[in-house]
Amino acid sequence: MDDPLVIAGKSYASRLLVGTGKYRDFGETREAIEASGAQIVTVAIRRVNIGQDADQPNLLDVLPPSRFTILPNTAGCYTAEDAVRTLRLARELLDGHALVKLEVLGDAHTLFPNMPETLAAAKTLVAEGFQVMVYCSDDPIMASMLEDIGCVAVMPLASLIGSGMGILNPWNLQIIRDRAKIPVLVDAGIGTASDAAVAMELGCDAVLMNTAIAAARDPVRMARAMKLAVEGGREAWLAGRMPKKPYRAQPSSPSEGLIGKTS
Amino acid sequence: MDIRLTINGAERRFPPPITVRGLVGEMGIEGRRIAIERNGEIVPRSRYDETTLADGDRLEVVVAVGGG
Repeated sequence: MDDPLVIAGKSYASRLLVGTGKYRDFGETREAIEASGAQIVTVAIRRVNIGQDADQPNLLDVLPPSRFTILPNTAGCYTAEDAVRTLRLARELLDGHALVKLEVLGDAHTLFPNMPETLAAAKTLVAEGFQVMVYCSDDPIMASMLEDIGCVAVMPLASLIGSGMGILNPWNLQIIRDRAKIPVLVDAGIGTASDAAVAMELGCDAVLMNTAIAAARDPVRMARAMKLAVEGGREAWLAGRMPKKPYRAQPSSPSEGLIGKTS
Repeated sequence: MDIRLTINGAERRFPPPITVRGLVGEMGIEGRRIAIERNGEIVPRSRYDETTLADGDRLEVVVAVGGG
């Protein structure tokens, strides 16, 4: 595998991680995820509806764990305790699977992370053997603290969850990327393909998104666009962009040999 | 007398004795991929048969759903 994404010692060819929420139905979920090329997909953990028909399709039948790396999240948790309980249930649900997405929210309006609770939950989860990928603020100090605790990836937000506002503070993301020795993923806020490409051009290791695909007019087509954008942005990062020269134009064509000149 | 169980926040009554396996059958979710927490502790799938529920137990029964 050329240039794999390595998380907790496991290699992935795709640098796009996708959520499974907000799709019209499981058919569209599956089609969009196939088009995205994602190998890691997030799921939420929720109470079963009592009296639910046992024959109803199950998300994990549509996205079998044998084929995808399932990343259970703690979306909707506002305390470290609830997040830890949710992921213990997820580990049981997924037969001992250790890779998880921790997010502890601060308020329902912004869905900004509550970082003190996030740090506390991360400590407990790492001690219990979980491999923690963690949604966090785009604060380099918080990111270092999470790395020191033993998280396997930090996932700062680009902008508010589900906002589609793109990357609001590329400088912070760059500082986090420059300092971290673990993968840095942009999680939350991506709106369109160029946002994903910019995240990758900043040197981020991968991008995680859900709404940008699911809320597009044509989710399957947007999934493909995101796949190409992440690949393009990664290639550009690896290629090393030309320096910006804001004060001086430089022609691409030779300055010599122009017609009509006399020597 | 029936025992009272709080399942996913709602109280329900069952004639004793009832195991976790029995409860899963009563709920009609046998064979589905679920996980169960009893009074804050995970009940491993391998222990459903031997775990007998007691009056006042609080259970959380969860599945994976779409999310980001």
